[in-house]
Amino acid sequence: MNGIHDMGGMDGFGPVVPEQNEPVFHAAWEGRTYALATSGVATSADEFRHAIERIPPARYLASSYYERWLAAAETLLVEHRLATRAELLAKQDPSIDPNLIANAIPARGPAPVKDKSAKPRRARFTKGARVRARNINPTGHTRLPRYVRGKAGVVARDWGVFVFPDTNAHHAGAKRQHCYSVVFDARELWGKPPGTRERVYIDLWEDYLEPVAGNAKSDKRRKRK
Amino acid sequence: MSDHHNTDHSGPAARVKALEAILAEKGLIDSASIDAIVDAYETRVGPRNGARVVAKAWIAPAYRRRLLADATKAVAELDFAGPEGGHLVAVENTDRVHNLVVCTLCSCYPWPVLGLPPVWYKSFAYRSRAVSDPRGVLADFGLKLKPEVEVRVWDSSAEIRYLVIPQRPKGTEKMSEDELVAIVTRDSMVGVAKVEAPRR
Repeated sequence: MNGIHDMGGMDGFGPVVPEQNEPVFHAAWEGRTYALATSGVATSADEFRHAIERIPPARYLASSYYERWLAAAETLLVEHRLATRAELLAKQDPSIDPNLIANAIPARGPAPVKDKSAKPRRARFTKGARVRARNINPTGHTRLPRYVRGKAGVVARDWGVFVFPDTNAHHAGAKRQHCYSVVFDARELWGKPPGTRERVYIDLWEDYLEPVAGNAKSDKRRKRK
Repeated sequence: MSDHHNTDHSGPAARVKALEAILAEKGLIDSASIDAIVDAYETRVGPRNGARVVAKAWIAPAYRRRLLADATKAVAELDFAGPEGGHLVAVENTDRVHNLVVCTLCSCYPWPVLGLPPVWYKSFAYRSRAVSDPRGVLADFGLKLKPEVEVRVWDSSAEIRYLVIPQRPKGTEKMSEDELVAIVTRDSMVGVAKVEAPRR
């Protein structure tokens, strides 16, 4: 989804302000939230990340990191029918706004299916291949940020086969496929002047990529045809 | 706004308590295991682990080669492993290349070697600008790089987690591994700082 979480390249958040002698957790509830959220509330990291992304944008921006984790945990608890909103509310402090509890945007991803993709696909691209991040706008979970969509880069490494988050987050199959380190120049991404020595390396699944025209040599699928 | 933690903890604290009570009632968690997880990250799993990895790489060329070839395996040699550590990759700073790690979409971070991320790493300011203005972000940390140094930003968008091997500072040639561990900072292993030699 084109959500508020997809922040790469945005302006306006000001300078980065490090905190001196920062504790691991700033309050006991942060530690409890971390531990509970990583103890089986979500069926996968993909599903959990998507539950965070489905926090309404204004609330996302107004929440701290562990408040977002807490909201995601509540959402998944209710969606997995481990508890009802009423149960969660019954145990709350009456001063808490009930509208805050499990109020995620509904998931709009691919329909759940039994996983049929047993065999991982062969790698389509090799190191050095010129590729373009596809201009796709999935309504569900995706790990393809907006700032690289439509941009051309080069495959730097093939990391091997990984579960595909766009389907896995929605219980719509593991769709195992190759994931690549793809390098993009700052000139391509941000229109910076030639000679700016800045590059972004980002890890992208094969379904996010298409070959750049005239690149048949390193596109295995095309070569086979 | 932004990512600063709430000073009023009553809201989230009460909600977490409710969450924990329900999960415990249904037998899905036991509070002792929750205590153990909190304790692990407060006392054991932190940037000292990564500092040990870096110090060893500085001292032992063979270990450095193994670390660059397969960081997951090389880190496991030192008994560091766990969630978010299944696919570790080490990237090395040199005179010509400076590496910087971010996760623009959430806040992915190599927990087994660096512990849980600091607030600035999770902040909207860092997540938004690290990819588009890395030199500006480094300047926020007081680090100015020469224009001829190439900045490589690693956006942790998949399951790979990155550890920066900072440059070993001059004047540390006679230091022991333990002494080196003490000077390697968390920030240097994310790529927002250099390691400084201790003042004599």
